[in-house]
Amino acid sequence: MQGSIQLEISRRVLLISSAATIAVNGVVTRDAAAQAAGSQMNNTEVSFVVNAESRKLNVDNRTTLLDALREHLHLTGTKKGCDHGQCGACTVMVDGRRINSCLTLVVMHEGDEITTIEGLGQPGNLHPMQAAFIKHDGFQCGYCTPGQICSSVAMLEEIKANIPSHVTENLTAETKTTPTEIRERMSGNICRCGAYSNIVDAIAEVAGTKA
Amino acid sequence: MRAFTYERASSIEAAAKAAASNPEAKFIAGGTNLLDLMKLEIETPTHLIDINSLGLDKIEPTSEGGLRIGALVRNTDLAAHERVRRDYGLVSRALLAGASGQLRNKATTAGNLLQRTRCPYFYDTNQPCNKRQPGSGCSAIGGFSRQHAITGTSEACIATHASDMAVAMRALDAVIETVKADGSRRSVPIADFHRLPGDTPEIETVLERGEFISAVVLPPPIGGRQIYRKVRDRASYAFALVSIGAVIQLDGTGRISVGGVAHKPWRIEQADAELPQGARATASILLADAHTTEQNRFKVDLVERTLGAIIAEARG
Amino acid sequence: MSVLKDTAQKALQTAISFVPDRWLPGAEPDPMRTKHGLIGAPVSRVDGPLKVEGKARFAAEVPYENMAYAALACSTISRGRIAALETAKAEAAPGVLLVMTYRNAPRMAPPPVMNSAPKAAGASDLPVMQDADIHWNGEPVALVLAETQEQADYAKSLIRVTYDLEPAITSFDVAKTRAHPPENILGEPSSIEFGDAEAALNGAAHRVDLMYRTPRYNHNAIELHAATVAWEGDKLTIHDATQMVNSTAWTVAQVFGLKEEQVRVLSPYVGGGFGGKCLWNHQILAAAASKLAGRPVRIALSREEVFRIVGGRTTTEQRVAIGAKPDGTLAALIHTGVAAMTTHNSCPEQFTFPARHLYAADTLKVAQDVADMDMVANTFMRAPGESIGTFALECAVDELAETMQLDPIELRRRIEPEKDPTTGHAFSSRNLIEAYRRGAEKFGWDKRDPTPRARRKGEWLIGMGCATATYPYYRMPGGAARIRLTREGRAIVSTAVHEMGMGTSTVQQQHVAARLGMSFDAVTFEYGDSTLPAGSMAGGSSQTASISATIIAATEALTKELLKLAGNDSPLAGLKPDQVEARNGGLCKRDEPDRFESYASILGRSQRQEVTCEASGPLPLEAQKYSMHSYGAQFCEMRVNMVTGETRVSRFLGSFDTGRILNSMTATSQFKGGIIMGLGLALTEETNFDARFGRIMNPSLAEYHVPVHMDVPRIDVIWNDIPDPHSPLGAHGIGEIGITGVGAAVANAVYNATGKRVRELPITLDKLL
Repeated sequence: MQGSIQLEISRRVLLISSAATIAVNGVVTRDAAAQAAGSQMNNTEVSFVVNAESRKLNVDNRTTLLDALREHLHLTGTKKGCDHGQCGACTVMVDGRRINSCLTLVVMHEGDEITTIEGLGQPGNLHPMQAAFIKHDGFQCGYCTPGQICSSVAMLEEIKANIPSHVTENLTAETKTTPTEIRERMSGNICRCGAYSNIVDAIAEVAGTKA
Repeated sequence: MRAFTYERASSIEAAAKAAASNPEAKFIAGGTNLLDLMKLEIETPTHLIDINSLGLDKIEPTSEGGLRIGALVRNTDLAAHERVRRDYGLVSRALLAGASGQLRNKATTAGNLLQRTRCPYFYDTNQPCNKRQPGSGCSAIGGFSRQHAITGTSEACIATHASDMAVAMRALDAVIETVKADGSRRSVPIADFHRLPGDTPEIETVLERGEFISAVVLPPPIGGRQIYRKVRDRASYAFALVSIGAVIQLDGTGRISVGGVAHKPWRIEQADAELPQGARATASILLADAHTTEQNRFKVDLVERTLGAIIAEARG
Repeated sequence: MSVLKDTAQKALQTAISFVPDRWLPGAEPDPMRTKHGLIGAPVSRVDGPLKVEGKARFAAEVPYENMAYAALACSTISRGRIAALETAKAEAAPGVLLVMTYRNAPRMAPPPVMNSAPKAAGASDLPVMQDADIHWNGEPVALVLAETQEQADYAKSLIRVTYDLEPAITSFDVAKTRAHPPENILGEPSSIEFGDAEAALNGAAHRVDLMYRTPRYNHNAIELHAATVAWEGDKLTIHDATQMVNSTAWTVAQVFGLKEEQVRVLSPYVGGGFGGKCLWNHQILAAAASKLAGRPVRIALSREEVFRIVGGRTTTEQRVAIGAKPDGTLAALIHTGVAAMTTHNSCPEQFTFPARHLYAADTLKVAQDVADMDMVANTFMRAPGESIGTFALECAVDELAETMQLDPIELRRRIEPEKDPTTGHAFSSRNLIEAYRRGAEKFGWDKRDPTPRARRKGEWLIGMGCATATYPYYRMPGGAARIRLTREGRAIVSTAVHEMGMGTSTVQQQHVAARLGMSFDAVTFEYGDSTLPAGSMAGGSSQTASISATIIAATEALTKELLKLAGNDSPLAGLKPDQVEARNGGLCKRDEPDRFESYASILGRSQRQEVTCEASGPLPLEAQKYSMHSYGAQFCEMRVNMVTGETRVSRFLGSFDTGRILNSMTATSQFKGGIIMGLGLALTEETNFDARFGRIMNPSLAEYHVPVHMDVPRIDVIWNDIPDPHSPLGAHGIGEIGITGVGAAVANAVYNATGKRVRELPITLDKLL
């Protein structure tokens, strides 16, 4: 990665100087000007905490949090299944809340605390949700699994925080952990292998309710 | 995605100014719709102004007894807010019927209003689309149009507005507060906020360049049974084919707003007046000017049926 | 397949029917089919911990120093030629290493198409980026290689292509008018007729004659197709997400003019396959670009590109006509129709296969045609043919039962055949009626009111439906397995097979442990690497039987070798392989368990650290002699909203007859997964193909509706667990049977709820208003 960044910078220098030459000649197009001006700032430095570890990156502004995790920090447990917020495989927790890491730029996460699947349990000491997924066979291919697990851990916290869902009958009553609530709240995590009912069983066990 | 420069705005004024100085700049808050579109190069800003730290994430009572919702209040927080649940249940219900838990945690109130259509031809940059590329034509007409608008359409565009929340807000007569690039402020009733496609489907709202939404104000609560029904192809996590937000009072009067049928949340006040007469009378006014395709004709029937069920539920 | 080959195969089949049982594999039923140990036990997945910790490394996650990222630009027309291709802007964009087009791509041979040779894996045999010709809307026309994915993705948008359009067939309605029979259907004839079925239909006491339509579907495994490739001299390594490592290696070798051994394909984890994770353009293009750039390359398709570059299940139109006699037996069974295909692939979607083997009828006619279209090569998707063929057939059976005022299960009892209706072969194991009996009892079928719209709760109409599931038993020839037994008491079994979540590695570890009389933890199962002994592909629900047969062969070789090593000083002295069995980490005489020696002792005495044996499985002749199929009875309870037409599956039960179950936990999951994909097939999924331009218009998971958590109720799965005496372990593969019959069970339940027969999938709410 280091090598590539350097290469990028040298190209950029080249670009800026050629744009300047054009400007002297007085035929600068808006595109070229914008590119030249912008090129100084197409990278941004960002510091944040991932799985309790401080990280600092200087990245192309276009880098999503998902790609930063996978390609820059080599935390490949967070998966890419659609890159458009339509499958949930990239779910991570930012400051305790679950989000789709594919639909957010890493530069927007200055100072944030990010938890990925790698930070959920300790080596040899699985998070209860991870253990429950194994026990209830909550996956087959395993690709959507990290997203399902991160999503479910944060989802149970949302119920505890009394956040309602589409299937909550009474908006002003306390929200409960029922199988239907779990299914609705987990609907942003698609599992093509069809482990859905096993996943609900795993979550219900961790939540201490019966699926 | 095209390369862009990025700044974190430190104040509302600075954000407005930054936007005014660069015609190719865009504000980014939740990013759930903008980044989706930037990845496809449907949106191609050369500069992003991150407005997440402007403190626009509060929900406060207004002096009139309503509620002022900061532009950056996340959908989850708005849906879960105690007063919203108690007094504006329709807003909670509509929000919770949309997207997924993950998306609602990130998506903002203003972003929700500004989200762009799901028309597949808009989404495919290789197809003509008047909204994406003015003057190129509309490939949805004569193509897959099952999800498309059945009223308020034009020959240029039959796209729908995809928001659920906006449908609820339209029924509740929310007012949108904005800051213009010159720092001046204005309030726009939601009825006037979204535009019909006409000959310029690329212009979707009345926002001017550099103008941004600072808050959405809900008028004082109007009570009634607040029911939001969304009819879609999956039981969850799908855009509406038809959705109806209704506030129905004990005497049978009320208001309804419909999603999935037009370029904007669809409400006709004269139709509201027909509510006591039932679904057929109401729907016939709502959809008096319906222009359907073979694929989306069912929506006309579906609106009336769904409305009938809502009226029955409100009475029950 | 040539006529000659066809004839040869028929001759072989005829010959085999005269061969005595004892000459065939599985002649003596596998003793392990009834033994226990861990076989059948609900053992947790061996790769479970890695998967829940996010440590299982998939194809797009293999790091390389100096790796470059690829992005593809794809055609926007269906047929024509590239007239102009402007790449200069892309080449000049930041970070770009090269832009590859047909003009500068290495010369490559077209990939041999599947079924054209034993290891041919090409999804189509079109040349890959070798000329200006365009064959489908979405065909890759350029590949950009850059330092980062962001740079590559941006640069590809700078490529400008103009085309000379040629007339394309992008409408199924048009293509259908020129439909023709394919040369064969997976080696079977495209049509079979005995008796005059049309005449018998016309004269039948009861008859139905119906048309069914099924749309395009896409696999949509959540892992995007991806490969990380690297050349080292003239050796190519492909970290792939594939269901066929050996075939991919062989086929890519043909493309680049290499020897098979020069291409190594690794695929230890596959994030869902369902038939879609095979050899498509992207692996070949990545290898070509890597060669040009002299750097390792990562290619990961976007979701949209998966729709455009990877084919799915094709669209069909099917006619099912059934004539019944007053006693409920069948006078005529007709299943004909047409599937869209291309001229450059070999997947005719065998939807008439179920009707060939399922029911007894005096006369039968099955015939299927293909209609050539200009589109991405359609391909095998979970139970190709059988999934949508059973939709049509089993809906028609339900309609016939209603016409006859007969319970649909009772009708199936009356049309149960004694032998295979088309081949005349005996069934190796068929207990469909037992599956129905057990399923009906557990589901509460007796509570069903045959009158539609009889049950209602509020706005919701409630109905029940059932349908038969069926899928053939296949075992692939040509696989081998190697067993390395160490003095420390470990067995390492190696074969180039695949784990896409079926539980392969876990189940085979259970199998080897039982067969060698060792503990589960003492066994390691190596797979997913083309340098291991050649394995079976993961397709056609064939992998389990195929691997099991090779492991049996390797174990037999090992036993022989161990007896040789044991020599004359062993308690085993003088015993022949068929007189011993494995137990407690060693061998003993079958009927004298005290005559025992442990593996460690045998190896120690012969001063060996380890012993290694490799063997190939026998040819799958059992499937030539017997009619071998899996069966099931699918039961569905639907709720349909009277107001909105919305559908909800409230209960589902699958009762299966698939031989012996090897791991009750992973098997349950696999059956459920098939059923859930069937629910999508029935209710929500459809790939929208715009006939005007031949373009897929919903290439995303937002608009292509894979079922989500909320769409899926509790699903019950039961099975007969009656071992098939003619298959290894008594087992059948179960990857595909689960999806079959689901479409019909759902449609029949929708009918029972609403009184409306929907004969065109998916059953979306607008069809029920």
